[in-house]
Amino acid sequence: MNASAITLLLALPLTAGAVAVLLRYRRALQRTLTWVTLGTVLALSLALLTEVRAGGPLSVDVGGFPRGLAIVLGVDVLSALMLTIGSSMTLVGSVFAALSSEDDHPLFHPLILILWSGVALAFVTADLFNLFVAFEIMLIASYVLLTLRGGARQIRAGVLYVGTNLLASTAFLLGVGLIYGAVGTVNLAAVATAVRTDAGAMAGLTILLVAIVAKASLVPLHGWLPRTYVEAPPVVTAIFSALLTKAGVYVLYRLGSVVLVELDGFLALMMVLAAVTMVVGVLGAVGGHDMRGILTFHMVSQVGYLVLPLGVWTRGAIVAGLFYLVQYVAVKGALFLAAATVVRLEGTDDLGRLGGLMRTRPWLGVAFLLPALALAGIPPTSGFLGKYLLVRAAFEAEAFWAGATAVVVSLFTLLSMIKIFNGAFWGDAPTDADTTASEPSRAAVTRVRTQAMIAVPLTIGLAALVLGPAAGGLLEVVGDAADALLDPAAYLAEVGR
Amino acid sequence: MSAAIVVGVLAAGGTYLILQRGIVRVALGFVLLGHAATTLLIASGGVGTRAVPFAGAGADAADPLPQAFALTAIVISFGITAFLLALAFRSRDVLGDDDLERGP
Repeated sequence: MNASAITLLLALPLTAGAVAVLLRYRRALQRTLTWVTLGTVLALSLALLTEVRAGGPLSVDVGGFPRGLAIVLGVDVLSALMLTIGSSMTLVGSVFAALSSEDDHPLFHPLILILWSGVALAFVTADLFNLFVAFEIMLIASYVLLTLRGGARQIRAGVLYVGTNLLASTAFLLGVGLIYGAVGTVNLAAVATAVRTDAGAMAGLTILLVAIVAKASLVPLHGWLPRTYVEAPPVVTAIFSALLTKAGVYVLYRLGSVVLVELDGFLALMMVLAAVTMVVGVLGAVGGHDMRGILTFHMVSQVGYLVLPLGVWTRGAIVAGLFYLVQYVAVKGALFLAAATVVRLEGTDDLGRLGGLMRTRPWLGVAFLLPALALAGIPPTSGFLGKYLLVRAAFEAEAFWAGATAVVVSLFTLLSMIKIFNGAFWGDAPTDADTTASEPSRAAVTRVRTQAMIAVPLTIGLAALVLGPAAGGLLEVVGDAADALLDPAAYLAEVGR
Repeated sequence: MSAAIVVGVLAAGGTYLILQRGIVRVALGFVLLGHAATTLLIASGGVGTRAVPFAGAGADAADPLPQAFALTAIVISFGITAFLLALAFRSRDVLGDDDLERGP
């Protein structure tokens, strides 16, 4: 396949997003356009994945300018893998939104497409300034998606969300400016070689790192995430969880691979941050009292697991981290979609006002239970395998306390999942007095739609169950990605030639 | 040197404003912080020590690429400022005030 297909990954969703704005009063056309576009992008990403696994990294100079002037987009196994998993979850999310009628706002589908094109750009860019632009495209779409309902709670959450991310973006820009001032380039390959000898560039890189840590929501820069994501429409939270913080984690892996892991103290810093993030996130989750509140705190906790390999940086740890990342994106998406189904059917996800769903909607219970077990890491799910590999890699690198933290945090994860299950699915149905307010939304959903909505998280949950014992194929792919990260020479040569 | 002072003053003013409670002040604070970042980007091209990068300025010209960066950054921060102000407007409708701590 021609390397210029990489530009299609960005051009297609951006163009489709613009066209979808014009089609804002034709819901059916808008939906078809979104699904066809995301489906095409998914197929392209899969083709790219096969291509880069066989033939090494690809790159393209946007606009055909000569190297040095052109913006370089580069794809290696990790980028292609992130593109594949990200686009499939976005597609799943937009299909679910149609099923649960959460796409009734005319700008919903255009914004999803624009959000995706920003995320895709972040996954393929090999240029620090372009990375800033990618984050901005993605964030601007997410600002609007978050505040789409325009209620008082959304505005409060929106200002916090915009404020935090804008501050991080401004810091990011300052970092890029300092790096450019010191080494005269923003190409990742050139920066990676130049930064080791230049103190000014080092200062810029440090500021950049802080900004990315805030975007990936590592403790202590995590406070914005649990307070804002819960206010978004439920299906939007599911899509955010699959894309936004994961883009931050991807950038940490990418920068880690090309330059950061060779710097003094970076590994130790990441290991401490990862462990603290796991613990703080899970403690917040245990204290939650509604489904999405608990799940968003878990996002913070799980980012700790995803970043732990950056503190170990052996092949085993990276393989474990990437395997965990791929299965986690799907599993967390499924949990949020199950929560979105509960919100749609019962009108609330407050554990105090739910109960007995296992009796009235047993399949929804299973659809939540399977990904919940995968998140907690119960055998034989994919989450168990991911955590097992991760903890083993930490122990092999003699990071005993970090590995032990990961194990203990898993127990608390299970505890909070049991809390949701007890509150929403076991026990007695709530009395009529509690539910009268939500009756209208309950009546509005037809039987077929309900089944279709439940089928989405249920399918992902079953996939997570199968992926545990049958992980061989995926482990080979992430193995290739890990090799490319450990020895980035081929990638750097491709994007910096 | 003058660029450094400008960046410092803008960043200080911006930081003060985004620590305020009203959305409009926060938006203005981000405008100032955005200007600080833009000024720093322009300065990173070496404008302070070299000639302005016009066509035909010769080998002494400063690097023009940061100006393209700055332009992009200005457009982005303009868009986000507009969005923040729209949020403030909506907040006045819903909460009756742009102060998030007050209101219902």
